[in-house]
Amino acid sequence: MNEKNTLFVESAFKEYYFNRFDLIHVPQKASEREFGYQKFNSGMTRHLVIRNDKELRLLLMKEVPSDVYCSNAYYSFPGLPMAEKDWKGADLIFDIDAKDLGLPCRQDHTVFKCSSCGHGIIGFQPKCQQCDSTKFESVSTTCKICISESKNQVTRLVDVLTSDLGIKKEEIEVYFSGNEGFHMRVTNSDYESLGSHERADLADYIMFNGAIPESFGVPRQSNSKVSLPSTDEKGWRGRVARKLFSSKSKAPKISKDIIANGHTTFQVQLDEIKKTMGVKIDPKVTMDIHRIFRLEGSINSKSGLAKIQCTDLDSFDPFQSACLLGDDSVDILVDCPTQIRLKNKKFGPYKNEKVSMPKYAAVYMLCKGLGNIL
Amino acid sequence: MLKIGVKDLAKYPFLTEAGEYLRDTGLSLEQLGHSDWKPIVEKAYGRIVVASSGQIYNSDLDALDNDSELLSFIVAIILLKSAGMATLIKRFSLAESRRAERYLQQDLYASREKKNLELPLKIIRDIFSVNVLIDNDEFVIKIPDYVKRSVHFHEKEWKLVNRRISNGYVYLSAHETVRLIRAELGEYINTRIQSVNISSIPESFRQRVQDLVALAKKFSDTTFVSSEYPPCVKHGIEVLEKGENLPHSGRFLLATYLLSKGQTVDQIAPLFKNAPDYNERTTRYQLEHISGSSGSGTKYQCPSCEKLRSESLCFAIPDCNGIINPVQFGKKRKTS
Repeated sequence: MNEKNTLFVESAFKEYYFNRFDLIHVPQKASEREFGYQKFNSGMTRHLVIRNDKELRLLLMKEVPSDVYCSNAYYSFPGLPMAEKDWKGADLIFDIDAKDLGLPCRQDHTVFKCSSCGHGIIGFQPKCQQCDSTKFESVSTTCKICISESKNQVTRLVDVLTSDLGIKKEEIEVYFSGNEGFHMRVTNSDYESLGSHERADLADYIMFNGAIPESFGVPRQSNSKVSLPSTDEKGWRGRVARKLFSSKSKAPKISKDIIANGHTTFQVQLDEIKKTMGVKIDPKVTMDIHRIFRLEGSINSKSGLAKIQCTDLDSFDPFQSACLLGDDSVDILVDCPTQIRLKNKKFGPYKNEKVSMPKYAAVYMLCKGLGNIL
Repeated sequence: MLKIGVKDLAKYPFLTEAGEYLRDTGLSLEQLGHSDWKPIVEKAYGRIVVASSGQIYNSDLDALDNDSELLSFIVAIILLKSAGMATLIKRFSLAESRRAERYLQQDLYASREKKNLELPLKIIRDIFSVNVLIDNDEFVIKIPDYVKRSVHFHEKEWKLVNRRISNGYVYLSAHETVRLIRAELGEYINTRIQSVNISSIPESFRQRVQDLVALAKKFSDTTFVSSEYPPCVKHGIEVLEKGENLPHSGRFLLATYLLSKGQTVDQIAPLFKNAPDYNERTTRYQLEHISGSSGSGTKYQCPSCEKLRSESLCFAIPDCNGIINPVQFGKKRKTS
């Protein structure tokens, strides 16, 4: 980001951090966690200790970071280098990102921005129409469908966590990530001591990764007895059964087919079920026990939207509720070939034109690299 | 209170109660050196030989006198400690844990009346801090307790996704419950043996101790190594050669694998030249960091097959059977 844009975005962030103290809190067990932050055009500063809200606010006002992070782990000495921190446990965390859901809408609002002249287009082209350059960076924006599909994943994840893993609803916190998806945090003492390896297996469970026919009653040897799960079972066995036997009247025929087709075919069926029913979390996040994860209440510099908690997921609209920057009018040069919707207002498409728009929308364009401040 | 009899101690001679029982008999190490006890020393030696060959030592708890079963375990430990061969201690711990596993399983399975379950469940709870509950003839344990142990198994059936689960609990058979704690049982027995201190041993033990030292020498593995890359590494190299993007985790795999095979940072760095975001300085910095020659000095290990599977970087072929880390690919034991 160029200096002029940076100064503008920083001042907008500072204004937010100054005005919205009410939204910015350290998480529980703050003094045992590691904090970190980034400033625009600069590297990560981490291994910080922040004990309370007051210290956090001081940091935000002094440094005006582009992004703020806090560890999911608790340590005896969070301020020391990694090897000396003395890991004590970590919240279970999950990241659901619209860009990982394989949604067809993505190609309608992913902007390919020419790396040399900055011209943006929708849809991949072999070379820039303006300058013939062949290098592009992709800039992703988010639409209603992206959000509703991500919410869908959140709902399914909550179901697996509560009915399979025995986690209580009140132990689950759901956040809009501030850009294209949702973050979840589980604070349950039974799970906090699990290492990375164990969390990888939990992630596989949630994604329905690695299921074998034997576990669902279809043995490798064709002469062995088949005993398929029933629809009233808990966990994946029940989910798989409900998927297979969605119609009660056809159940006997479906069972017969499964038995006749055998192990290999059923493995293919399980792999298909994984694609449609497995929860699409980012496993790297869940298995990381030393991650510094975006801090709730802070602004995501990829969009200028805030990471905020969703208490009612169904009615939650991030383009309304997480859009918390000021709304005074700003002049900006925008090249955004897709339409953006923020606070129920539509912006664009713009073809390299000068536009006056509210500060929150201008910051969004700048953060996405689709505009320049005038 | 639960009464543990000598028959139980013969089955589970590693329990602290076994020590207390022996103390009550008043038998000393010196006395064991007397020729009257020779059969026990021979029994103990036999127990180790059987264990080292990978077999499970069999006791007939109904026919034999259980005191000698218990004593032979204690004497075996004395012999092992005196011989000081780590490989034998490991093999013995493993075989003894298998033996105990068999009894635990029988005790869990034979009768599920509460009375009979008390001892095996107490052993599991006290030694391994796992609370096993019973739900309609099945054993259930909490998911975190389960995964902490199951992740060490490489068969797919142990993955959580392949288990029956409800409300935070995993359902297991008697066999599976015991299998789950086998490694810890071995470790527990191993630690118990390690913690024993022996200052001197009776003269009559010496010959058998020497025999054990000779026995241990038979177990040094020889391996031969193929120069073929495992499919996951091949895939990574192919992706880079095509100039396509290999995710960070894939690059990490290549770097750690090649470093573990003795290649240097200079040899590895050019491999990444075709990457769309190649930067020579960054690549070298990261390779040096991974190799442990800069930064914290930690030398990073090649990720396990399990981890690569989770990251969709595993492209297993039949030759991958039986390995748990790509660095093991192509290594075969000459002896087996």
